[in-house]
Amino acid sequence: MDGQRHTIIGYGTLTAVWVALLLLTALTVGITRLELGGYRVLGALVVASLKGGLVIAFFMQMKSEGGLLRLFLLIAVVTLAIFIGFTFFDVLYR
Amino acid sequence: MDKAATAQNSFWNDTGRSGLTAWIFSTDHKRIGLLYLYSTTGFFLAGVILGLILRIELMAPGRTIMDPRTYNALFTLHGVTMIFLFILPGFPGAFGNLVMPIQIGASDVAFPRLNLLSWWLYMAGALIALSSLFTGGGPPDTGWTFYVPFSTRTGTNVTLAVFGVFVIGFSAILTGMNFITTIHRLRAKGMTWGRLPLFTWSLYATAWVQILATPILAITLLLVMAERLLGTGLFDPGRGGDPLMYQHLFWIYSHPAVYIMILPAMGAISDIIPVFSRKPVFGYKMIAFSSVAIAAAGSLVWGHHMFTSGMSDRAVLVFSLLTFIVAIPSAIKVFNWVSTLYKGSISLEAPMLFALSFILLFSIGGLAGLILGAAATDVHVHDTQFVVGHFHYVMFGGTGFAFFAAMHYWLPKFFGRRYREKPAIIAWGLMFTGFNILYFSMKILGMRGMPRRYYDYLPEFADLNLAATVGSWILALGVAMMFVNLVSGLLRGEPFTGNPWGGATLEWSVATPPPTENFAEEPVVTHGPYDFTAAGRR
Repeated sequence: MDGQRHTIIGYGTLTAVWVALLLLTALTVGITRLELGGYRVLGALVVASLKGGLVIAFFMQMKSEGGLLRLFLLIAVVTLAIFIGFTFFDVLYR
Repeated sequence: MDKAATAQNSFWNDTGRSGLTAWIFSTDHKRIGLLYLYSTTGFFLAGVILGLILRIELMAPGRTIMDPRTYNALFTLHGVTMIFLFILPGFPGAFGNLVMPIQIGASDVAFPRLNLLSWWLYMAGALIALSSLFTGGGPPDTGWTFYVPFSTRTGTNVTLAVFGVFVIGFSAILTGMNFITTIHRLRAKGMTWGRLPLFTWSLYATAWVQILATPILAITLLLVMAERLLGTGLFDPGRGGDPLMYQHLFWIYSHPAVYIMILPAMGAISDIIPVFSRKPVFGYKMIAFSSVAIAAAGSLVWGHHMFTSGMSDRAVLVFSLLTFIVAIPSAIKVFNWVSTLYKGSISLEAPMLFALSFILLFSIGGLAGLILGAAATDVHVHDTQFVVGHFHYVMFGGTGFAFFAAMHYWLPKFFGRRYREKPAIIAWGLMFTGFNILYFSMKILGMRGMPRRYYDYLPEFADLNLAATVGSWILALGVAMMFVNLVSGLLRGEPFTGNPWGGATLEWSVATPPPTENFAEEPVVTHGPYDFTAAGRR
């Protein structure tokens, strides 16, 4: 591992991200109580994506990684988004 | 086995370990490739025997040799064995490992230990899946698709079977990661992307599908286990779940998985046809591009398995349209192979006969796929024997025949001995004849309304079912003859030296059998993979 960059993220930032994750969890619970029909799942997915994004960016330190790793992450995320998005052609219009 | 090796530094003579441990703990890609070859073909032969037994049961209406419960268990076992234990790992595991590193001028794959772990995971998953036959509630009876709600309610041992498949999935992911890294990082000097052999291109596209789609199958199977063991209600509408969600998740993986099965086969055919036509491949760039296009577009069409499931009409429309789009890159390949043959000096040896029949059988299967991809016609033939015929034309007539072509083309290189040509051609003839009698009968039966997976049928379907069963015997005779000829030839046949086929890819430039390190010194690539003149061939 010698020669690799290590970015130190401060406790303040980590705590802020943790609080944000808790608030977003509360938002997920809140969304389930709203009458949004099929969009309720969409809302929950958006919040979950935000939470996942925060974990990947800060806790997994993707924020300080190079372009190649970000590109590979992007491919995986876009693939997942397409899979979930296409499923909604069924879920929303059934 | 080592007698087959003629060269002193051949990988057969690697004396680091002895006996079985020299194989099951070896990190040499060629030995791992052969481990995959032996295990996948072993499971293939077991699957053939199961298929033969199923056909005997269907030879006549009513009970022939087994009860309905046994029939359900056997067609499930046939499907699971053929799909998860043979056809998915077969090409990448066996020929990907044997050939790809040499084709790109590398001494091994990027992560040799991970490569060995892939095989171990595959074998562990296979043993777990097979142990489900003898434990718990007995052999699963769900079909290889494990559809809910039946798979969550049946008393048979589905939990262990899906766990076995879950473990096999990790093997595929590791192989995919290994191959992508190898192709990116270990290409020899001068081996540009535009000089990559088309078999390697196809493995590259396959590897991406393996790492992007397989985790979805893994998580889906975990959800089935959670449903069975914990009663989570994920797929139970009575508890807020959705059974169709299982079908979405399953096919999000399992349709791209069809391309994991067929893409390497297409790659092998793309390598074999130019060699036996004595002509550079027609449309190299388009064949390479179409592999990636098939992998990408093929990942977006899973809904065509669900047209009659109660899915929304809008989804039916979208998935039907997308299905037709996949036909374009597939057709590009077929037209380019045929164009390669045009005005070529065609040599009809065994690998070429299997490759040519691949083109025909895959085209028949692929065109039947359009009948299934169009929502209006699919409604009529969905879940009939037509689907079984279509699937076997593409998977057996396609991937299976390409696998046999690859065995006849590449295995003499690795064993240093060759099979007898005449029995190989007779075996091919038997297989081609039996195959078409068997599976074309199924297509007609399906068109006439005979459902798939049914134990019994109406008397009007009897004649074609009898024909199909006779076809299965001819096919099996051909398969047996081919394997006997291959095994006896590769162990005791005439020496195979040099480059008798006249291939221009790098694997034909190394000693026969290849040395452990593949190349004495790192090769410098100066020409394309099908530039026979520059390679100094015929």
